[in-house]
Amino acid sequence: MILTEEQQMLRDAAQGWVSERAPVAALRSLRREHAALGHDPALYREMAEMGWTGIAVPEADGGFGFGLAGAGVVAEQLGRNLVGSPLLTTSVVVAGAIELAGNAAQKQQWLPAIVAGEARAALAIDEGNRHDPAGIALAAAAQDGAWVLSGSKQAVFEGPAADLFVIVARVAGQPGDETGLALFLCPADTPGLTVTAMEQIDSRGCARLDLAEVRLPADALLGEAGNAWPVLTEVLDRGRAVLSAEMLGSAQQAFETTLEYLRTRIQFDQPIGSFQALQHRAAYLIGQLELTRSAVIGALRAMDQGAADRARLVSLAKAMAGKTLRKIAQETVQLHGGIGMTDEHDAGLYLKRAQVADMTWGNEAFHRQRYARLAGL
Amino acid sequence: MNAPAANLETPDAFRADLRAWLEEHFPASLRGHPRLLGGHDALHGPAEDHARWKAAMADAGYGAPRWPVAYGGAGLNAQQADILAEELERIGAFSPIAGLGLMMLGPTLLEYGTEEQKLRHLPPIARGELSWCQGFSEPGAGSDLASLRLRCEDAGDHWLLNGQKIWTSYAHLADWCFCLVRTDTTVKHLGISFLLIDMRTPGIEARPIKLINGVSHFCETFFNDVRVPKDGLVGEVNHGWTIAKRLLQHERSGLSAQRGAKAKTHDLVELAGRYLPADETDLRGRLADHLLQDHAYRLTLERRAAEAEAGMTPSTPLSVLKNIGSDVAQARAELAMELTGLNGLGWAGEPYSPLELELTSHWLYSKCFSIYGGSYEVQNNITARRELGLPA
Ligand SMILES: Cc1cc2nc3c(=O)[nH]c(=O)nc-3n(C[C@H](O)[C@H](O)[C@H](O)COP(=O)(O)OP(=O)(O)OC[C@H]3O[C@@H](n4cnc5c(N)ncnc54)[C@H](O)[C@@H]3O)c2cc1C
Repeated sequence: MILTEEQQMLRDAAQGWVSERAPVAALRSLRREHAALGHDPALYREMAEMGWTGIAVPEADGGFGFGLAGAGVVAEQLGRNLVGSPLLTTSVVVAGAIELAGNAAQKQQWLPAIVAGEARAALAIDEGNRHDPAGIALAAAAQDGAWVLSGSKQAVFEGPAADLFVIVARVAGQPGDETGLALFLCPADTPGLTVTAMEQIDSRGCARLDLAEVRLPADALLGEAGNAWPVLTEVLDRGRAVLSAEMLGSAQQAFETTLEYLRTRIQFDQPIGSFQALQHRAAYLIGQLELTRSAVIGALRAMDQGAADRARLVSLAKAMAGKTLRKIAQETVQLHGGIGMTDEHDAGLYLKRAQVADMTWGNEAFHRQRYARLAGL
Repeated sequence: MNAPAANLETPDAFRADLRAWLEEHFPASLRGHPRLLGGHDALHGPAEDHARWKAAMADAGYGAPRWPVAYGGAGLNAQQADILAEELERIGAFSPIAGLGLMMLGPTLLEYGTEEQKLRHLPPIARGELSWCQGFSEPGAGSDLASLRLRCEDAGDHWLLNGQKIWTSYAHLADWCFCLVRTDTTVKHLGISFLLIDMRTPGIEARPIKLINGVSHFCETFFNDVRVPKDGLVGEVNHGWTIAKRLLQHERSGLSAQRGAKAKTHDLVELAGRYLPADETDLRGRLADHLLQDHAYRLTLERRAAEAEAGMTPSTPLSVLKNIGSDVAQARAELAMELTGLNGLGWAGEPYSPLELELTSHWLYSKCFSIYGGSYEVQNNITARRELGLPA
């Protein structure tokens, strides 16, 4: 569970780029200049040039085959500075769905464009106020050799920038059934599809999708109609594992920022870090951070190896990452006192991102319960 | 009719008269309006009804029900003040008069002010006509408040102020400021004085600072050769620290009471009915846990009030109460966020509902409950050392 030499080089490159090109200040200008998009396209081009858009795509499909472990290394560095971009949804989640369920033509159409950084993509899944992968109501009906989709999707992660959506739809059964689901490739400019940006607290891309009798050709179907659950679960778990790595990076950075403040802020003629009450808080947080790191590495490895217990490890990682990041972000505000409550300080940005990242693809409670189920409880 | 007088024979007679008075004066259009907390709250409903209600309450002295009539209050005893609060709550009414002057400065001036100061400053507070801000914290003086440096020199017929305050809530809107200033630089606690300052005095500049929820509520406040009349001093020169400590107690007990008040929009049981799927057990268990804590907290406030009314020293220390209060209120905000889930991540606009946006903004804001009014950690230090007598 330690980085290979290759991964270390990847980490160093990512660390260098993030601190030089994407400081937290970039998120602040993003709030002004690319608010609807949720990311800076120029930075995304640079990520593609460094090969990150193909990092987890297998070499056989034109990618670089670093696996999720590689994607996790980069995500952790991006998380440090809260860099939002469609990298995760594009190169891990949607590319993963196409890799796992796509036919040769679909792969040929989309994977090279994704790896080249030309196509950005998002997964459109949730419809209500909580993550509920089986709770799909959006209907797809076969009609004269085509598919007609109607319904809506909420809180589509990185939706505003997507050129392509993978839409989870129901072809049979009731919301709540794991059977009867299908995945569709739907370009953003398809007639009948309306993408509306939603303004989130963390300035990351988020959209609502409305589908009014959207007609998709037969070859838009990704995989088998009615049987999407295993693929959907697998790609969600890929996304959750890499998102957990990103959250680990955010937590690590917020923790370091706080430690620095404990060392330098003087009250009662001494650094506040000399007060035992605060020392114990820092000692507790480093423990949680270490546990989270182990869980994240364990999940990425299990996914790469296709281990039988990989879903359980992913839920462990996502639950731990959610809990730890939220806790650390809250403590970052608290231990900075008044300055931590200001918009000018970064503490609030971490607090907001923590809440959004936790809610994405299942929050701590969702994954705690999923873990318990998978553990046979 | 006239507002029922404090000298009515029995509590029942007082209640009956009060009901009739409220019936006549509380505008139905304002029923269910949220409680006012800061004194600069957003008002919903017809402005003329708000004005009418405020005038009626001010004339009756009910803005500061326990203050003497001479200072703008109603001179009620504790039981009568309770009855007033109950009757307001019963009909969905609220007190239209709030703010730092009422919660903190008023009780402090009653104790430490000269007769002249009380007659001048208390009635406008009780009537909600003038608002006050609290100039205590400075960039280098937060938890260690007594290290404050805002320089105050005796310039013969006036005081001369130079320096800076920070985190001054509503300084940009306030009419007056109660302020801690340094009158002696050679000693720490015994070099601090308590001053009342008209915010329109030349040389004062309040620059709003944006909070993490996007709202500007507090300020950086600069003092540049500000001349304050000599009669602005409360108590003796260099003896302001004792007065400040007293004022902070009033702040903490006021804040603790606010945390116990049920806020309509944050009623978790109602929110759960709306947002929580019937089969969700994990969050339901944690909600129940919170409700127990919240209920016990409100009972503690009640018990404490009963003890105070009976002339006993309250058994629950204020430092304990303040921390439980901020814990409970912050937990409530966190749970509301978990209930609204993906709908609770909005900053502005569609498709988020106004309620969802308000809950989210409140969640961000609630993080300061454990910072201002004496931080969580500082309260715990006070509890451990002063209340429990543990060695320093
Ligand atoms: C929304 C808001 C409104 C406010 N309104 C006002 C106002 O109207 N007027 C006003 O004067 N002030 C106001 N304040 C300021 C508030 O009183 C201070 O923020 C508070 O006293 C903490 O001071 P600080 O911010 O300098 O933090 P610091 O004192 O620097 O504290 C930083 C951290 O160190 C901890 N710490 C400090 N000392 C100790 C110790 N001995 N042991 C353990 N931990 C310790 C603190 O608990 C905190 O977590 C407001 C603050 C906020 C957030």
